Amino acid sequence: MELTYSPLGDDAIVIEVGSDITKETTNLVRSITKQLEEATNDEIVEVIPAFTTVTVFYEVTTQFKYKDIKNLLEETLVEMEELEIKEQRTVEIPVCYGGDHGPDLKFVALHNKLTVEEVIAIHSKGTYAVNMIGFAPGFPFIGGMSGSIATPRRSTPRLRIPERTVGIAGIQTGVYPIETPGGWQLIGRTPIDLFLPYEKIPSLLQAGDRIVFKPITQEEYDQWEGKSHATD
Amino acid sequence: MLQINKDGLQTTMQDLGRTGFQKYGVIASGVMDPYAHRLANILVDNEETEPTIEITLMGPHITFHSNCVFALTGGNLSPAIDGIPIKMWRPIVVKKGCKLTFGKPISGCRAYLAVAGGFDVPEVMGSRSTYLRAGIGGFEGRALQKGDILQLGECSTLVKNCLMSISKEENKLTFIQMDWTLMAEAIPTYKKEAIVRIIDGRQAHLFDEKSKDAFFNQAFQISSDSDRMGYRLNGQKLALKEPKELISEAVSFGSIQVPSDGQPIVLMADRQTTGGYPKIGQVTTVDLPKVSQLKPGEYLRFERISLEEAQHDLINERGLIKELKQSISLKFKARI
Repeated sequence: MELTYSPLGDDAIVIEVGSDITKETTNLVRSITKQLEEATNDEIVEVIPAFTTVTVFYEVTTQFKYKDIKNLLEETLVEMEELEIKEQRTVEIPVCYGGDHGPDLKFVALHNKLTVEEVIAIHSKGTYAVNMIGFAPGFPFIGGMSGSIATPRRSTPRLRIPERTVGIAGIQTGVYPIETPGGWQLIGRTPIDLFLPYEKIPSLLQAGDRIVFKPITQEEYDQWEGKSHATD
Repeated sequence: MLQINKDGLQTTMQDLGRTGFQKYGVIASGVMDPYAHRLANILVDNEETEPTIEITLMGPHITFHSNCVFALTGGNLSPAIDGIPIKMWRPIVVKKGCKLTFGKPISGCRAYLAVAGGFDVPEVMGSRSTYLRAGIGGFEGRALQKGDILQLGECSTLVKNCLMSISKEENKLTFIQMDWTLMAEAIPTYKKEAIVRIIDGRQAHLFDEKSKDAFFNQAFQISSDSDRMGYRLNGQKLALKEPKELISEAVSFGSIQVPSDGQPIVLMADRQTTGGYPKIGQVTTVDLPKVSQLKPGEYLRFERISLEEAQHDLINERGLIKELKQSISLKFKARI
């Protein structure tokens, strides 16, 4: 395990575990994050995992500077046991495809020389992995979309994309938890919230989760009460 | 209790930010100028973690519905009580019914209003900062508007005693400005062109030599697209030695990202938690307020310092704030 350290500004340090997004690097990121959160050092303010890095914000004092946080992390992580890649949680996300919820579904079909039904079938058949949560509250970076429905971003971004909209941007797919401007191709919308500001863990999804998208009708969308079916 | 009588341009309640939830993508938010915020609080004997009201360029009109002590720090946006201009960076005692207004921005961009006892609003994820885009925190998750009524927390014994001794005094004044302020070196001056110190960004080495020179040898102009999320800068285009796709990683308050158009963006209080653009530099914590107090159209220049110097400055500033806190406490005591 080769970890490299470098500063992010004067109050954070970045631990880099590798240069590519692989199963090993994402697992290592999760292991390091868990280890540091369990260590509960007073000097550590916040830990932010990403694809191949873990960033640690720390309290700078006369006795505790960059070299001290680096030493502390090295000591804490030298005996770290890597998490076993065990069966991940699968979260089902119901999606009402097309119509007002997915104004770009037809374009995605046209671009890939497919029918709308085929696009829905391909998008909802895949199993996706959440590589990291970041950028916006509860926003999952999802890997695993089929290249056969990949579509470039819109040349003119929309000023407003409603919350919970499911979109495609290049080879990536995702769900936007809160209203936002953006250039995604919008294919549908889920009735469930991904950002849960008043829950203890404010994000429905977490790094390591698996996701399946389940097509639902407008009626089902309207009737949806409650949450996703998370299965262990 | 105080009431908003007229909206400002963007008036929000903020504290030192929402830490601990960035791993869920939750934006940190918090004050744009942490130094002015901390000082506003200590001038009214509050903890530095109490929320203050961040006032941007055009301030609101506010009526005090109870006797209280407040302080204004940060940018000078022409504050006045009942039409009489007031001084900043000192405690002011107001009687019930006084009206606080703001006028023309004189210097800086943001002022901070702290009221003794703080504001009684619920915490969301451990913070009382307003995050506008998600509609959470602060006062009902939004900017303050005409008609809003803000309840105050309980002020310290020191302030209570001070209020009592003042109300006993024979005077017909509706408000009293303390005759003391902070030492001169503790009060920043905001210029139209700021020298902002930075340390190298994580990807500084990826930029070509010409861009590295250009980054330090020009004045960047603050674009009109700048807000609490980021300050966009206009200047000579910056480029990487060779195009490179980066993997998204954590960013922080003061990270200077350069997107493919070559115009840098300084990430501010409402920045996203992660970003995939190369970071050429990182504004030092101590110099963040210099950026926050610049208005669109004004300028900044970057100056490179070492990590050791930046941390040294940060420790010194914390020490200064501690000293100021002690001396303010003594001055309150002397008043009783």
